[in-house]
Amino acid sequence: MSRSPRASGYFRTGYAQEIALTQTRLERISLIIFVLLLPAFPFLATAFYLDLACQVFLASIGAFALMLLTGYAGQVSLGHAGLLSAGAFTAGILFREFNAPFWVTLPAAALSGALLGVIFGLPSLRLRGLYLAVSTLALHFVVVYLGGEYETKRGFSTGITVDPPRVAGYTISNPRVWYFVLLVFAAAALLICLNLLRSRTGRAWRAIRMHETVAEALGIGVAAHKLLAFVISSSMAAVAGALFAYYRGFVSVEAFSLFLSIQYVAMIIVGGMGSLLGAVLGAVFVTLFPYAIEAALMQLPNAQAYAGVLFAVNYAAFGVVMILFLLFEPLGLVGIWRRLQTYFLLWPFRHRPLAGPRR
Amino acid sequence: MQLAVNIIVLSAIYALIACGYVLIYRVSRVLNLAHGELMMLGAYLLLATASSFGGHPVIAIGAAIGLSLLVGVMVYLFLMRKMTGEMVLAAVLTTVALGILLRGLMVLIWSAQQQYPGQALGAANPALVLPGGGRISTFAALLVVTTVLVYAGLFVFLRFGRWGVRMRAAGQNPLLAAQRGINLHAVYALAWGLSTLTGSLAGMLIALDSGLTNTMVVIGLKAFPAALVGGLDSLAGALIGALIIGAAEVLSIQYIDPLLSDVVPFLVLIVMLVLRPWGLLGTREELDRV
Repeated sequence: MSRSPRASGYFRTGYAQEIALTQTRLERISLIIFVLLLPAFPFLATAFYLDLACQVFLASIGAFALMLLTGYAGQVSLGHAGLLSAGAFTAGILFREFNAPFWVTLPAAALSGALLGVIFGLPSLRLRGLYLAVSTLALHFVVVYLGGEYETKRGFSTGITVDPPRVAGYTISNPRVWYFVLLVFAAAALLICLNLLRSRTGRAWRAIRMHETVAEALGIGVAAHKLLAFVISSSMAAVAGALFAYYRGFVSVEAFSLFLSIQYVAMIIVGGMGSLLGAVLGAVFVTLFPYAIEAALMQLPNAQAYAGVLFAVNYAAFGVVMILFLLFEPLGLVGIWRRLQTYFLLWPFRHRPLAGPRR
Repeated sequence: MQLAVNIIVLSAIYALIACGYVLIYRVSRVLNLAHGELMMLGAYLLLATASSFGGHPVIAIGAAIGLSLLVGVMVYLFLMRKMTGEMVLAAVLTTVALGILLRGLMVLIWSAQQQYPGQALGAANPALVLPGGGRISTFAALLVVTTVLVYAGLFVFLRFGRWGVRMRAAGQNPLLAAQRGINLHAVYALAWGLSTLTGSLAGMLIALDSGLTNTMVVIGLKAFPAALVGGLDSLAGALIGALIIGAAEVLSIQYIDPLLSDVVPFLVLIVMLVLRPWGLLGTREELDRV
């Protein structure tokens, strides 16, 4: 995984160092502090912030999945909400119809996601770019339609309620416990992605994104790796959807509109394409954004008058932010972060030497 | 008979909207996913002009048409111009973002309630009885006529018009076109203007016929498969695609399940993408340029 060095120079002497997750002592220390702070959060935060954190974890899993597919393998998908809904509905239906426990529904959701991933991925063998995006968009509508059809035919016209999951006799309903469950899932997703990306598969994906023909010439099975990207990404998204269903205790097609797909695309754009850190930053940004807008509106005089139009303001502001990022910061939040890093790395100079870093 | 009328009306709606997708794609290779929102904006503009020129429907409609042309040009000048030369996908996502922004703004300005610009204009909408026994509302008939006129106009314009030829040239090879002194930005702006104009016409007529809410966006999105089935860079294709999508939708509502109406266009789209991704009349090599 070739990243720009975070030390003030290029000191790597072997491949093990090249793919190591941390490079400098400062990185290791800050990582340890961060990891230690994460479990402390639920004991410091109020219920509201706890809920926000849980939402961020859920969104990050989905964003990781989309980042693998779009940011690394270069396959555009506008049907992410369809995959999330597939996971949520698998969990919901298995629970409603067969009273299946948590440890059955979750793998089942992953499986259905993987299956859908093959279906979503098949057009990618033939289509590229825009046309692929359109085909995933169409599939999104089909999946959501099937969910809606199930709801109406079975008489759950408002949605399926899902009881809190029971694991080994213990019911997960306390928000603090949920925090830890989702934290574990998000961390696991992150680790899976990190390890995939610094292995053969990840390198193959990057090669495909850069240039398909060259990748093929290098001996990479383009078709197989594209499908693999779709399968892994979709099953991760489906698990995120199933967790969402359990967390909310409720599944309904209304939650999985096209807007949700766009929100996930926005996450990886705002965060920064081709970076897992970007996926996290994007997930945080997009999840917190509506709450920030609401808080800002409530600061205005005569605040209650705006309550009815809040969602419209949200929409408009969201569109503006997305446009601003696309126009002025295509590298996203990670781009800003990297610029800051380089600034301090190069200080007191402003630019890298023309010859590039000494190797 | 009624079924045939329904198919023709729905196909005319899709055709009128789809030619907007085709115009922009053909000229600048950008897929405008905000087309549904721009169409709805056209309808709301009519509502706005109708309330200010209440007694004069012709002036109101003319003003709304002029405004929508202006909106399209402005969208290009202030937004899409910055995205020319960027990755195609970034441009498409920009249009998606624009769509979201417009949707929010329209609810803020005109609220989400159902409104009737027809009443504001003081226009009645009696049903006409056709010779075969089918019934069609006046505005639906007007919509079919408009679609025919718009397509005829566009064919003539693109075939013989000075700017039409320039538009085709810019679509075929922007570099050569620019070398020959064609003002690409003007051509692109014109394409956006015309596309918004035709979309708005569709939006206005639908709103006059059956009222105006913010669910109209769905119609705009469903017209997109029509454009793609026919071939994204072919006007004649859009006409055929609209007929196929319209017929498939009406027939499946009639004989299978009304709930299907929102997915049928997309099912047809998927089938088309599997069999012939470049559409019925589209050009094939376009796929590799993406």
